[in-house]
Amino acid sequence: MAEAQNIPVGSTTAGSIAVAAESTVATRMSAPPSFDVADFPVPHGREEEWRFTPLERLRGLHDGTAVATDGVTVEVSAPEGVTVETVGRDDARVGRAGAPVDRVAAQAHSSFERASVVSVPKETALTEPIRITVHGEGGVSYGQQIVELGAFAEAVVVIDHTGDAVLAANVDYLIGDGAKLTVVSVQDWDDKAVHVGQHNALVGRDASFKSIVVTLGGDVVRLHPRVRYAGPGGEAELFGLYFTDRGQHQEHRLLIDHNAPHCTSNAMYKGALQGSDAHAVWIGDVVIRVQAEGTDTYEMNRNLVLTDGARVDSVPNLEIETGEIAGAGHASATGRFDDEQLFYLMARGIPETEARRLVVRGFFAELVQQIGLPDVEERLMTKIEAELEATV
Amino acid sequence: MATLEIHDLHVTVEADNATKEILRGVDLTVKQGETHAIMGPNGSGKSTLAYSLAGHPKYTITGGTVTLDGEDVLEMTVDERARAGLFLAMQYPVEVPGVSVSNFLRTSATAIRGEAPKLRTWVKEVRETMERLQMDPSFAERNVNEGFSGGEKKRHEILQLELLKPKIAILDETDSGLDVDALRVVSEGVNRVRESGEVGTLLITHYTRILRYIKPDFVHVFAQGRIAESGGAELADKLENEGYEAYAKGGVTA
Repeated sequence: MAEAQNIPVGSTTAGSIAVAAESTVATRMSAPPSFDVADFPVPHGREEEWRFTPLERLRGLHDGTAVATDGVTVEVSAPEGVTVETVGRDDARVGRAGAPVDRVAAQAHSSFERASVVSVPKETALTEPIRITVHGEGGVSYGQQIVELGAFAEAVVVIDHTGDAVLAANVDYLIGDGAKLTVVSVQDWDDKAVHVGQHNALVGRDASFKSIVVTLGGDVVRLHPRVRYAGPGGEAELFGLYFTDRGQHQEHRLLIDHNAPHCTSNAMYKGALQGSDAHAVWIGDVVIRVQAEGTDTYEMNRNLVLTDGARVDSVPNLEIETGEIAGAGHASATGRFDDEQLFYLMARGIPETEARRLVVRGFFAELVQQIGLPDVEERLMTKIEAELEATV
Repeated sequence: MATLEIHDLHVTVEADNATKEILRGVDLTVKQGETHAIMGPNGSGKSTLAYSLAGHPKYTITGGTVTLDGEDVLEMTVDERARAGLFLAMQYPVEVPGVSVSNFLRTSATAIRGEAPKLRTWVKEVRETMERLQMDPSFAERNVNEGFSGGEKKRHEILQLELLKPKIAILDETDSGLDVDALRVVSEGVNRVRESGEVGTLLITHYTRILRYIKPDFVHVFAQGRIAESGGAELADKLENEGYEAYAKGGVTA
């Protein structure tokens, strides 16, 4: 079961389903995962994993020239019962969720001073969210955040990124057996910020992970949300929403590694683009390993291009190593809001600005309504409204 | 009483790097309560007239005037024309991804009426109108025109006509592509609006079939960018029997 619809708009929307004896997702990377930045050659831009990214705008994060400075602060506020601490690189939890897969993620690992660890004890269900704010005042920073849930714990984590920064930071989620973690990561940066990061989730047996990635600001934002399973029965839902304005580069590279049987995953990313040189990239890699029988997975990316001059590259990729699965599919489509749609709405009395907002609001509402957390949904729709007020 | 007056309208369109004149001096007056059928062969400019009146950017007005109750329509933006009381039911309604029918209808009604309709009466109004057009309630939750069949698109256009209650309704080949049942349902919708006596209707069609359901007061034959002949309903019978051949030859006899 697979579906791929492609309506290119001066852009590429390619899809593939491969039945492979051996995963090519791993082999088409230019180097195997490693914690050591020296194991990754400095990218030149033609590598598969870098070919869409404007290296010259990474401010040296990719070639070792970005030196850490003051000016990026991380604050954690957590309800009672949650442990907040900083640890060194030798702590067993650091890197347990996954190794860096590219040079910038490895640079972040090699360069951070102390990792921040937030732990929710087993069987603790939080009623208030854990809030992590990352605020930049123009500095360069390398970071490592770890969120750890004990067995049967339940938590919502909201990570907000604001201000101006050059940041390479990895976030690891260690989700214990039967635990439920929801994470909302909002990239609401100022126009000049550069943010590159790898998000590794290790989903325990019968655990649930829900990730909502919202990218609105920044000059370059490039995130790698990745999921692996520590046992059977895990669930992962990855929602994403981006609003790419003039000159912005926003890149989301997902990998869901179905390495355990009877796990599910559902990825749904939607983006709107407007303005010249707005560039969104979405890579959706799903690998179903030979042992992952009973897997059920679906991934979807939709893009709405509002003006000329914006570009979308959307590449879903599904690799299946076993036939014993419940379902696997993907879809990718890029459509544009064109003059005919505008004419149609205006011919019904709707002013031009209102017509554009109507389309964008409706497009995102479809995704936001699936999140299932009313206060998060409301906050996101407010953010979208603000973005529409400011730009459309 | 609302009156649409079209006088000596000339319209060009850019095609293949050349400017082509499509409308060559159209004169027509449509009053509230009247129904005018405009009939003509393919390429005669019927649809251009419809889209020019609605303000589609593809068409350039090179001469003439269009007024609605004395107001200069040609000076208005597309949305201003709609709010002034012009409605165009389109031959090929456009898909609008991400916007549900219910959201679209309410936003449109708010714009046209100048205030948001009261929710309770509005929901009832939409539901009843949809029932009369034999549209399933689930229709309201679908995205505008996305995946609609030809018949569903036309019902959706007439649903808007009924809800927005314009002064002048232009129906651009609303009958094309409909089977007999759908044609009857759609025609009944148009007739409900006409029976209010408050709308002037400009019914653009290639076929006489729809005129069995919607009785025109006037029939105009469109040929080569202008009205070639005008008459009563009996002119449609003549066209039914003789076709457009006499007009296609270029013999403008009006």
